[in-house]
Amino acid sequence: MSLMGLTAVSLGKKIRAGEVSAIEAAQEAFASIEKKEAAVNSFVTVEKERALERAKEVQKGMESGIYAGLLAGVPVAIKDNMCTKGILTTCSSKILGNYLPEFTSEAVLQLEKAGAVILGKTNMDEFAMGSTTETSAFGVTKNPWNTEHVPGGSSGGSCAAVAAEECSYALGSDTGGSIRQPSSFCGVTGMKPTYGTVSRYGLIAYGSSLDQIGPVAKDVTDCAVILETIASHDKKDSTSVKREEYDFTSALKDDVKGMKIGIPKDYFGEGLDSEVREQVMAAAKVLEEKGAIVEEFDLSLVEYAIPAYYVIACAEASSNLARFDGVKYGYRTEEYNGLHNMYKKTRSEGFGTEVKRRIMLGSFVLSSGYYDAYYLKALRTKALIKQAFDKAFSQYDMILAPAAPTTAPRIGESLSDPIKMYLGDIYTISVNLAGLPGISLPCGKDSKGLPIGLQLIGNCFEEKKLIQAAYAFEQTREYEHCPLA
Amino acid sequence: MANIISDETIEYVGILAKLELNEEEKEQAKKDIGEMLDYIDKLNELDTSAVEPMSHVFPVNNVFREDVVENGDGREISLANAPERKEDSFVVPRTI
Repeated sequence: MSLMGLTAVSLGKKIRAGEVSAIEAAQEAFASIEKKEAAVNSFVTVEKERALERAKEVQKGMESGIYAGLLAGVPVAIKDNMCTKGILTTCSSKILGNYLPEFTSEAVLQLEKAGAVILGKTNMDEFAMGSTTETSAFGVTKNPWNTEHVPGGSSGGSCAAVAAEECSYALGSDTGGSIRQPSSFCGVTGMKPTYGTVSRYGLIAYGSSLDQIGPVAKDVTDCAVILETIASHDKKDSTSVKREEYDFTSALKDDVKGMKIGIPKDYFGEGLDSEVREQVMAAAKVLEEKGAIVEEFDLSLVEYAIPAYYVIACAEASSNLARFDGVKYGYRTEEYNGLHNMYKKTRSEGFGTEVKRRIMLGSFVLSSGYYDAYYLKALRTKALIKQAFDKAFSQYDMILAPAAPTTAPRIGESLSDPIKMYLGDIYTISVNLAGLPGISLPCGKDSKGLPIGLQLIGNCFEEKKLIQAAYAFEQTREYEHCPLA
Repeated sequence: MANIISDETIEYVGILAKLELNEEEKEQAKKDIGEMLDYIDKLNELDTSAVEPMSHVFPVNNVFREDVVENGDGREISLANAPERKEDSFVVPRTI
């Protein structure tokens, strides 16, 4: 098996044991990328020379004891909305097509401190706005399980790169499901931590109150190790939370005895594909057989999460994306007549359709006369949704659900009907509104051979329960490599 | 469609959003915003009169620090990204 077929922790172990070098690992990653990129298009930028130099440096550092952690020397891919000093960071947008950051985002910096070797930057929906990676200005990413289907999004490039074994693991970001949904579609494991756990410093903002960085990997152990590496209390992010502990790996135990797992009945109604339902319920059965107490309950308010999300996320996006004006960095239009015309033309030419759609909606709901009716109404709804989760977690250790109502749709079928596309986020979005942690891991495939994801949702700061239950479930299955890997 | 977006509204939102839409895009935006608002109006089914708006799930307060420069001089690397520069300045169209 290729070294990229190993989990990050297994590869790290081989590198530490001297069985392979960090340089050989990086070389294998690039060989894999060169072979598969034409079919998958996971990357916006591949940094081969830089990465091989870095691998040499890490290898030396390991020999002298500077890098001793589990991820030292292991090649990683980074979603292209995390700033990386001297490496293009485009957000898959024309407006940032030439942007070379002067600093590195805190999460990536934490990985570098642990001896990570960055291979390049992965494709995404433009500014993370989308569920298919089709809104990228740099072409569509394909699902490595079937290249006629989307990988999901917005972290579609990161999830496809992990599934296609072009990297050992990746970082993604999740604003409404952007790690968990593509992980589900690509048959990999992805985790969105509690809001504030991973610093957002250097993550190009979409919806600041919802955005979280998290790991995408082949298994739960990798996710726990990566999360432990990137989580930090960072004074450069004023919403960073100082947690009581940053240990996640001690939860890697094959034990769910007595755990109370709630299944929201309202997640299993209309719109859920029958094959997805079947596999997710079968996973619940497995956890029950291992000793968990599984019960159905009414979560309530499920149908209000998407409208509330789109008001809040678009409002925040319209403000966050105001900085792209053609003055300090990025694209500037060729011809213009005065300052305001330059702003308007730059932005109109630089942003794609979905981004403009969300900026327009966000500007509208924040405008005088509509602010109370839409923006404040959505924030009040968010408070009610949070209360519904608080109630659920007073009874259950975690919630079990699908990650998405269907498996990956075919390329070209989603963008024409935005509301229909937004409905695909129904099981992931309320987790971001309530700031909760969630994990998606493979639990089966449909009759077309496309992966199905199981989602576990925990109360704030209770990642360890999720990791433990997900790990226990994973012990009942073999990791399945996709055909393209 | 219950929410009809007027030409004036689209013009106004375009000014707020600093976007210049052509006629076709304006018509599409009127349709898109109208349809989204119809969908968002579902929130009116909920009685939220006794609920405070929640902007953050955790209590967040302003974080203060001393105003001390810690990040060194990034002038050259910052200016290197400028679409247009003149010596140590960003160049913008004449504003007055």
